[in-house]
Amino acid sequence: MFPSRFDLVVAQTVGEAVEARADAGEGGRFLAGGQSLIPMMKMRVAFPDTLIDINRIAGLDAIERDNGHLHVGALVRHADVVASGVTFGAIASAAPWVADPLVRNRGTMCGSVAHCDPEGDWNSVLLATGADVVAHGPNGERAIPIADFIDGAFTSTLGEDELVVGLRIPVPSGRSGGAYLKLERKVGDYATVAVAFHLELDDSGAISGAGLALTSVNPINNKVGDAEALLVGQQPSAELFAEAAELAAAAAEPRDDVRGTAAWKRQVVRTYTKRGLAAAAQQAEGS
Amino acid sequence: MAAPTTPAEIGGIGHSVQRKEDARLIEGQGNFLDDIDLPNTLHMAILRSPLAHARINGIDSSAATALDGVVAVVTGDLMDQHGLAWMPTLSGDTQAVLATDKVRYQGQEVAAVIATDPYIATDALELIEVDYEDLPPITTPQQSLEEGAALIRDEKEGQTDNLAYTWETGDKVATEEAFAQADQVVTLETHYPRSHPAPLETCGILADVNSVTGQATIYMTSQAPHAHRTLFAMVAGLPEQNIRIVSPDIGGGFGNKVPIYPGYVVATAASLLIGQPVKWVESRTENLISTGFARDYYMKGELAVTDEGRILGLRVNMLSDQGAFYSDAQPTQFRAGLFHVVTGSYDFPAAHIDCRGAFTNKAPGGVAYRCSFRITEASYLIERLVQNAAYEVGIDPAEMRLRNFIQPEQFPYETATGFVYDSGDYPTALRTALDEVGYEDLRREQAEARAEGRLIGIGIAHFTEAVGAGPSHTYDIAGLKMIDSAELRVHPTGKAILKLGVKTQGQGHETTFAQIVAEVLGIPANDIKVEHGDTDHTPYGLGTYASRSTPVGGAATAVVARKLADKAKKIAAHLLEAAEEDIELASGVLSVAGSPDRSVTIQDIALAAYTNLPEGMEYGLEDVTYYDPPNLTYPYGSYIVVVEVDPDTGVWQVQRMVALDDCGVRINPMIVEGQICGGLTEGFAMSAMQWITFDDDGNCIGANFMDYLVPTAWETPRFELLATEVPSPHHPIGAKGVGESATVGSPAAFVNAVIDALAHLGVRNIDMPVLPDRVWAAIDEAS
Repeated sequence: MFPSRFDLVVAQTVGEAVEARADAGEGGRFLAGGQSLIPMMKMRVAFPDTLIDINRIAGLDAIERDNGHLHVGALVRHADVVASGVTFGAIASAAPWVADPLVRNRGTMCGSVAHCDPEGDWNSVLLATGADVVAHGPNGERAIPIADFIDGAFTSTLGEDELVVGLRIPVPSGRSGGAYLKLERKVGDYATVAVAFHLELDDSGAISGAGLALTSVNPINNKVGDAEALLVGQQPSAELFAEAAELAAAAAEPRDDVRGTAAWKRQVVRTYTKRGLAAAAQQAEGS
Repeated sequence: MAAPTTPAEIGGIGHSVQRKEDARLIEGQGNFLDDIDLPNTLHMAILRSPLAHARINGIDSSAATALDGVVAVVTGDLMDQHGLAWMPTLSGDTQAVLATDKVRYQGQEVAAVIATDPYIATDALELIEVDYEDLPPITTPQQSLEEGAALIRDEKEGQTDNLAYTWETGDKVATEEAFAQADQVVTLETHYPRSHPAPLETCGILADVNSVTGQATIYMTSQAPHAHRTLFAMVAGLPEQNIRIVSPDIGGGFGNKVPIYPGYVVATAASLLIGQPVKWVESRTENLISTGFARDYYMKGELAVTDEGRILGLRVNMLSDQGAFYSDAQPTQFRAGLFHVVTGSYDFPAAHIDCRGAFTNKAPGGVAYRCSFRITEASYLIERLVQNAAYEVGIDPAEMRLRNFIQPEQFPYETATGFVYDSGDYPTALRTALDEVGYEDLRREQAEARAEGRLIGIGIAHFTEAVGAGPSHTYDIAGLKMIDSAELRVHPTGKAILKLGVKTQGQGHETTFAQIVAEVLGIPANDIKVEHGDTDHTPYGLGTYASRSTPVGGAATAVVARKLADKAKKIAAHLLEAAEEDIELASGVLSVAGSPDRSVTIQDIALAAYTNLPEGMEYGLEDVTYYDPPNLTYPYGSYIVVVEVDPDTGVWQVQRMVALDDCGVRINPMIVEGQICGGLTEGFAMSAMQWITFDDDGNCIGANFMDYLVPTAWETPRFELLATEVPSPHHPIGAKGVGESATVGSPAAFVNAVIDALAHLGVRNIDMPVLPDRVWAAIDEAS
């Protein structure tokens, strides 16, 4: 497990990092927590020429609410999200399920989002809650909606010379609830199947906003739009959730693999959708 | 359990003495293979085959050789020039060291780079070009034995098919008669999947061959340093007095560090040829894809039973997947280890076992992963069969076992396959475990839960192990008798050093073996240093595996300590001016019978042994013993697991796990319990999640810890431990060995629990690992 030779640039500011990235060209990679990059380098699946270490950049480690949004800086570790008192719903539910305690202490939420691994947890959560990815490039900052940010498995619409500096996640103003149900073979494993849920209720108790996204059962983290559309405007009920579960199961495109059969994974999506929507609704009703 | 006979400050048998080795290991002062640095050390990396089956048409290593920092590139052709391209295995086969003709499994060793640092060595691997010509891969033993299957071992003289071995035992005619009398025949076909011991420390070697003296000092992750020294002498033709194997601290072995691997041979040859030390430490992936795997048995068991639930006979057909080379580490005369212990804990007259092994395009190995040679597979099969038989006959699975147990008064008991079990009280063990778990209440709860659509299962396994190989009349490995040894020296101040032929990999020998001496001589355990692992400084022995250290090496320790006790009594008689036969030794005090104030301490004796001896007695207080056990020992246990299965997803959770172990006398109860918890965790892993599998092209799935699952504390259930203590009648201190019991016994308990939850649906088998999709599919098919 010996990586190939690389240069290391330690950036002190976002500007320096972006400049170093542009200089490095195709062979450059940013390093934050390294939860995916370093194992890939040790296995020689990835062999960047230049690593640009962003860990020393001041001001990127805050997780806070401001102006109706949850802001998560590029150096916020998964463990910080677990410990934070300002998260909500699906985000709070998912955080302790990310990887294992060791990885959570180093790995960053933004790094995981930028990696666009379809088996990663955060992109499903953000597809359910809605979020913008804030990118910084030579021409300054831009906000990219999460659905536009995810381009494919392991690919995003981020420019080669752009750095993800943070996430901006809308905080629901009314009653809301969320959940993330994950089936994993053991702690630290990728999800075999996971489903993210986000529900908002209006004053009548009807569903006014809904988010539902699948992990590990599609080529990318998959937002199930028809299930969301079905839910909005309805009163929460077991029958409604069972109907949504059928749509979620139909949206999943699982494959037979060492984690299990496709038919079974679809069944887990179905079961989890019923359970997760019920949990989210219960949380919303109690909020 | 028996109370200790020595006070705590002496710390003899029965005291939970803190492990002496822990302080140095916890504080980072351990000395593992990769911690050892020698001047001018070169580093080796191995190029491995990406293909499962391919002919090698050529290897171009010129670019690798030209890379700055590369000292040499070793290929099979170079090894062949020294007669080392192939080496013998522990099961009488031969194995390629570096491939010369073709590769036979993914991960097979093809070439090695020796360089000035490990990064350069790894860089150079990418520059070696191998011209492979694809051959059809064979990934199952069934496929392998089909007519017309590609011949994997085409280099082997006289080999015309892919059959690795055949072996049968038991009485075929008597078994057929038993089946003819049966009311029912209960059949179970199941696969015990391939798993891997996966020690946290991978395998490695630092070979230092002095080009002037020819002295070879070989630091190696070895569970059996003395046996390895002899095998090195035989294979490499080095004079044995010039070979010193040093096995330093070992980060877990579990059988994985018993075989000699190609990397060891190449590194030693390279050091010999280059004249500098050569170090090779495997990566995790190398360890998982190429070193000794375990299990991979396809088993069909049939049990002949009466309507009253009485077992009349057992028939087993077994097909093992050996991988590309037959390299099981096992006693010579048994081709499938001690698989014939498959008659288990039950009294029935007839059994017949028919075994075949096949070559496939998979890694070789077949090591006893925390198991006394294939006993894990055997124990699993009989406990699954008995549980299923109970369902078919219509009696409770606990009652089924109680009706068929070997009874306490039947010991020593000869099984239908020829083992002579030494001692046991199985009914008491099972009843104690049933009481602890609240069995009858659980059966009621199970019925109530079923009525609500919930699935609760209660699984039992009552295993009997055969450990402590072994008596010289039956047991040898590669011709070497499976005896073991202990050498004990007491210094003038009364402190002692104990040298062992066995070698700890975490079992706690430095503590427990000192306790045996403390028990006999009364020298405090903390005053006894235990040395092991260095062949220049310890007496000969076959090493630590198959739970044999306490049964064989522990017996040697007790016997040598008793020899010293006899001499101590002679010296005491001299010092106390009494008759030798009147001297009594207890807790380190030697006194005259009937006059307890006339006494000396063992420390006084130690000083006298070097200063004041009776006329004609030889100075010193030391001796050595080579112990040839009269029989194996037979630890056993009753394990009960309670699970709840989620009918919608197939996910199962362990609610309770009660484990009663009887390993005879417990030297250090705390260490015994630690061993049991570790073994139960590994048993849980195999039943729930852990396996190595292959795709149709022979690509190994399970090549790293993302895919080969080792459970953490989070997944591992809580264990409730119980004990009974029936001593072994033939072992000097009545101990039986315990390291492997829990791994052997527990998988059947976990799997039986899941089957029990679904038994009313007619489910009788789910192969391990019992993955949730398999459980859900079983429910789905049944309903």
